Amino acid sequence: MNIVIIDYGAGNIQSIKFAFQRLGYEAILSRDADVIMAADKVIFPGVGEASSAMKKLRESKLDQIIPKLKQPVLGICLGMQLMCHTSEEGDTQGLGIFNVDVVKFSNKVKVPQIGWNQITNLKSNLFKNVKEKEHIYLVHSFYAPICEETIAEADYELAYSAALKKNNFYGTQFHPEKSSDVGERILKNFIDSATS
Amino acid sequence: MLTKRIIPCLDIKNGRTVKGINFVDLRDAGDPVELAEIYAKSGADELVFLDISATEERRRTLADLVLRVAEKVNIPFTVGGGISSVEDVDILLHNGADKVSINSSAVKNPQLINDLVAKFGSQCIVVAIDAKEIDGEWIVHLVGGKVPTELNLFTWAKEVEKRGAGEILFTSMNHDGTKDGFANEALAKLSTELNIPIIASGGAGNMQHFTDTFVEGKADAALAASVFHFKEIEIKDLKEELKRNNIPVRL
Repeated sequence: MNIVIIDYGAGNIQSIKFAFQRLGYEAILSRDADVIMAADKVIFPGVGEASSAMKKLRESKLDQIIPKLKQPVLGICLGMQLMCHTSEEGDTQGLGIFNVDVVKFSNKVKVPQIGWNQITNLKSNLFKNVKEKEHIYLVHSFYAPICEETIAEADYELAYSAALKKNNFYGTQFHPEKSSDVGERILKNFIDSATS
Repeated sequence: MLTKRIIPCLDIKNGRTVKGINFVDLRDAGDPVELAEIYAKSGADELVFLDISATEERRRTLADLVLRVAEKVNIPFTVGGGISSVEDVDILLHNGADKVSINSSAVKNPQLINDLVAKFGSQCIVVAIDAKEIDGEWIVHLVGGKVPTELNLFTWAKEVEKRGAGEILFTSMNHDGTKDGFANEALAKLSTELNIPIIASGGAGNMQHFTDTFVEGKADAALAASVFHFKEIEIKDLKEELKRNNIPVRL
């Protein structure tokens, strides 16, 4: 199994690499287009600010590569948000894989949302053996509203997308690599199948 | 629903835990990684490592520790103690820390908060504030609460939020070590006047204190050290008790 974590300078990549190591897989860190395209599975991480992360993607031309990938791709946190159409953060044009616009939580709730929330309405085999209302770890100020591509929801001020899926592309707003046993199950599911 | 977080804090000196830790099942009571793994399994929501080393090699020792923790632990963790530059933060986040906590360096150079937020994002920048109530006014203190500043807790906390910090870790020096409960009045004021999460610290002695700090203190998370290290409170029991009191927790 050839797992490649896209290393474009905007992600907690070490933690993701270690999470796969705990599952028994050696993931490779790379920003080389050929290495990424040849992978069996691709992880697209991201933390920080959307427009500067998107700028880094463009500089390395990865914005052209990622949408064309055919193998299963998992975007995590900001990675998922950048796979969306746009983000309100820094008025950012995203990769347009998911047909939804990322917006900010209002000041009715504390921003960022930091901590463990529950996932519900699970709709993909990414969540095989994951029960409704299990807890996952999130830290974010912006969110993708519920849309046709939503495969899991969380609730903070309102119900929003905790995970998205379109064809071979998956995205989780939460950090599976930091979500204890539940997160490891989700990563394992992504490695095992992630086809439907 | 977002749950309230329970956060054990580990004091670290030269890569080892300092306070006597009463875990019979630990092979090496001084190994922070082993302790962190046990806390992760026992239901801790997050961990804080507070480095109190004062040696020349402290930066490298801490960076090595972070890497070893990230390798083994599958819950988020924050690292604090002596962090004073963008370079310090860069290496710690790169090695797998989820958040860093700054304290004195932010008071001395508030622009550091903006610089860190611009480079790494709000979500990973925690500002720790130690304060003491003196004649009815909460005064920010430095050096583990020993040195008073001119700053008022609430004024400083608002500035910290405005500069972009993602979270505040507030320790009351009046309550720390007393085991008499958290500084709930000040916590509630912080939580109401600010719109970022507040972590309560200082004063945990029994399970009721945690309920009180979440209800009266409106805290988003509660941090404690000795009650967990000496097994006076088991995290699982604490969370079950909180649940009975209708406080949302991850069980």
